[in-house]
Amino acid sequence: MSSGFLKIAGGTVYDPAHGVNGERRDIWIREGKIVDPPSDPEVRPERTVDAADLVVMPGGVDMHCHIAGPKVNSARKMRPEQKRKAEKVMRTPSTRSGTMGSVPSTFATGYKYAGMGYTTAFDAAIPPLAARHVHEEFEDTPCIDKGFFVLMGNNHFVMQSIQRNEPERLRSFIAWLLGAAKGFTPKIVNPGGVEIWKQLPSGNVHGLDENVAHFGVTPRQIVEQVAHAVDSLRLPHSVHIHANNLGMPGNWRTTLETMKTLGDSRGHLSHIQFHSYGGGEADENTFNSKAAELVEYVDAHPNLTVDVGQVLFGETTTMTADGPLGYYLSNAFKSKWFSSDTEMESGCGIAPIEYKNTSLVHSLQWAIGLEWYLLAKDPWRVVMSTDHPNGGSFLAYPQIIQLLMDRTYREEMLKDVHPAVLERSRLGDLTREYSLYEICIITRSGPARILGLKNKGHLGPGADADITIYTPNDDKTKMFELPRMVIKSGVVIVEQGEIREPLTGKLLYVAPEYDASIETDISEWFEKYYSIRFRNYPVSLDYLHDPEEVSCA
Amino acid sequence: MSTPAANTPPHRAGVRGGDPGPVDSSATVIEDSTCTFCGCVCDDIDITVKDNHITEAKRACVLGKAWFFNHHADDRPSCLIEGRPATVAEGVERAARILTDAKYPIIYGLSDTTSEAQRVAVGIGDTIGGTVDTTTSVCHGPSGMAFQGVGEVTCTLGEVANRGDLIIFWGGNPAESHPRHFTKYSLMPKGMFVPNGRKDRTAVGVDVRKTKTAKAMDLFFQIKPRSDFEALWTLRALAKGIEVDAQQVKNDTGIELARWQDLMDRMKAAKFGVILFGMGLTMTRGKHLNSEALLSLARDMNAFTRFVVKPMRGHGNVTGADNVVTWQTGYPFGVNMSRGYPRFNPGEYTSSDTLARGEADAALLVACDPMANFSQPARERLQAIPYIALDPKDTPTTRAATVAFTTATYGINVPGTVYRMDDVPIVLRPAFPSSHPSDFDVLSAIQRRVTELKK
Repeated sequence: MSSGFLKIAGGTVYDPAHGVNGERRDIWIREGKIVDPPSDPEVRPERTVDAADLVVMPGGVDMHCHIAGPKVNSARKMRPEQKRKAEKVMRTPSTRSGTMGSVPSTFATGYKYAGMGYTTAFDAAIPPLAARHVHEEFEDTPCIDKGFFVLMGNNHFVMQSIQRNEPERLRSFIAWLLGAAKGFTPKIVNPGGVEIWKQLPSGNVHGLDENVAHFGVTPRQIVEQVAHAVDSLRLPHSVHIHANNLGMPGNWRTTLETMKTLGDSRGHLSHIQFHSYGGGEADENTFNSKAAELVEYVDAHPNLTVDVGQVLFGETTTMTADGPLGYYLSNAFKSKWFSSDTEMESGCGIAPIEYKNTSLVHSLQWAIGLEWYLLAKDPWRVVMSTDHPNGGSFLAYPQIIQLLMDRTYREEMLKDVHPAVLERSRLGDLTREYSLYEICIITRSGPARILGLKNKGHLGPGADADITIYTPNDDKTKMFELPRMVIKSGVVIVEQGEIREPLTGKLLYVAPEYDASIETDISEWFEKYYSIRFRNYPVSLDYLHDPEEVSCA
Repeated sequence: MSTPAANTPPHRAGVRGGDPGPVDSSATVIEDSTCTFCGCVCDDIDITVKDNHITEAKRACVLGKAWFFNHHADDRPSCLIEGRPATVAEGVERAARILTDAKYPIIYGLSDTTSEAQRVAVGIGDTIGGTVDTTTSVCHGPSGMAFQGVGEVTCTLGEVANRGDLIIFWGGNPAESHPRHFTKYSLMPKGMFVPNGRKDRTAVGVDVRKTKTAKAMDLFFQIKPRSDFEALWTLRALAKGIEVDAQQVKNDTGIELARWQDLMDRMKAAKFGVILFGMGLTMTRGKHLNSEALLSLARDMNAFTRFVVKPMRGHGNVTGADNVVTWQTGYPFGVNMSRGYPRFNPGEYTSSDTLARGEADAALLVACDPMANFSQPARERLQAIPYIALDPKDTPTTRAATVAFTTATYGINVPGTVYRMDDVPIVLRPAFPSSHPSDFDVLSAIQRRVTELKK
């Protein structure tokens, strides 16, 4: 008789959430979940995976990437020149074809994440007006569980509520908007700056205390108030912040001020590498690393978390809800430029770029990312990301792992970058090497915990059976780019890089409670300014594929 | 093992729409229903339904009213094989055989159906190693190519309504093709930064003829036919302060340089300029080079003020077709998957060309009428090869089809998603059910069958 159990037998298990550091263990799975071993010793598993001499970890969790929605799709449209020469994703009897380049097509994205042992990914910047688009693309992005952050840092209703000093109204609106989009947490991108971009030529804000014209608020107020509202709604994840002045020399002061503004509120600062620069205002000649100064602050403040936004050398496509940044980059790189402003909500900028190791700025960006990993004391609060595809592709994660675990490899690469990196950052002095246990934290257990996903990032009973099995190898790039087996929701979806069972994956969303009377208030404002009807805005639950609500504690 | 097709349960199409509202046996009013006739995709139509007939369509324009009122449940059979009535299942079987037996099958149309159906259609193309193309290739395809070349600076239509103070209509006639565009988005709305509506805006028309749109403009530039490219480059030069030859400009464009200079001064003085362009630009001499010149001009203007540009898309969900084909394959139209992965080459893989050259040997045509509007060589080829057509109406294309499915009409009978011309996704609230299957249903059945046959 079928027991329904799958057993992963005798693997070397890493489960930092339970303090398990490379111990030989069995893992039992039933109905998509990790379970206690059956009490009856007569019960035999339906299938046993022999994991002897193999490394077993929870599935990877990418908490900050750009993989779906209008911005990503526009970038796909804009980069045909990359696809023709890129790796071909062929159709098979069970999988769809696709294209690669820095912005892969949807099916290819799902297969490639899964093929690399990642089973969950969050898109970091979605204008809620386009939420339906994202849900459609996510259904065509197989293998992984997905969710997205909802852009709010330049939302008119948000700014108006802050200006009126009505925190209750702000909190209810945020809850309503997350529910309407079926999103996961508020995302703040260049707070106030994108609105000014819409108002003025080359418009932007340059500091936390500048006035956002027409709305009478400051970036500081937006950060502070939204972070506060998120905590009082008890959302599983904190507010997710792309701070002002991304990429600008000297921006570390803005970043530090943003951290201080959060006070005791939780806050996640995304792609922190791009926000850790010293130097004179807009003066590239004085560009240097201020990672150490910021790391020190984050180490001392447990309410703060970061993902790195590592830069890798090569061609990629930058894409951001930070409209003025897109304009800046397209001018700097003399590249083609896409920009799209979303009414009431957000902006968007896309520009192809190439990071070169001969460039001082790019080399420093590369080094500053590594400094963040290597200087931070608590790996639970520093998450691996490339801000895919902004710093590089998510497919570079195995290489980043090697850079962190293998000092010799890192030092070899350091020899090839711009020599001034040694003077302007501390990377050359850092001898730390990550352990597999620490890698497990920064690639799955940490991000799962930061996102508030109780069923992800660990291997205890009740966890989703999202598991990656690796063949140990001294070459960590090789080890992590081609897992022996990937299990998603208890189903073997990948074996040695080949897709076996392309599941659709779940959609993770939150549904915080709010006072329904706010809807009258919102609808009056909405009908006045939006170009679609209020009733047609919210995405209903039956629109989603495989939805799973993540509860607000 | 599950197949890609099996990952999309067919019942989902039935639940995807908005709530159709309370049912009343006498007359039902569906508020905030969506008109899919043109790229405006107005979602504020209150339609009244009585006995499966739409009796009122509040706020709809003349085209929208025609769309809703002329909709009658077609009493043709849901499937005809070689002109003879057949069951849908028989039609699906024949269709799947045609597509899997072919060496160079093409899939074309897709711009007047739901995104849910478009997604399945591209999936069929993948399974059979076919060539997928949409009506984009014969309307704004050149704009898509220009987009690939230089990008695009754009916005959603609500931004135009709230901020736009200088609106330029180039090579289009929205007064007749998109009748509510002026009132709903581009000219009349009282927006956040243009509180007096039309009074706060300057409207400029550029076209080769004085259409009804020209009458609604403050300034009109009647340029010489086939001189859009020269006119746009004149403006680009003036934007950057580059000296141009006044006589040559007059000769080339038919407009005095001083008038172009005046327009450029206004463009620079505007706070939020908008250029909306039509097929007068994309389908005349220069094609994608015209579009590229216009996209570049809008980009250039951002050195002086804020400026955006937007193609005026025609069909209700042609923008959805671009999006779906792009997210699944990486390319917006003209995609060949015969080698097992997507390749893009307009002119080579676009349907009017694969047909006219006699390469395509079978076709799946969804919501389009190439028998009425393709070139003669393309039509002759279609006539000669087996093909399948899906359309709610009887058309020259369905009449000559080997297998013709009469399908339910999206937005009126079928729920789902469409993308407005500015990429905003909008939900459909169907008025009443149809006795015919939806495009999604028929295509899903074909997808399941071709997947089996290809194993």
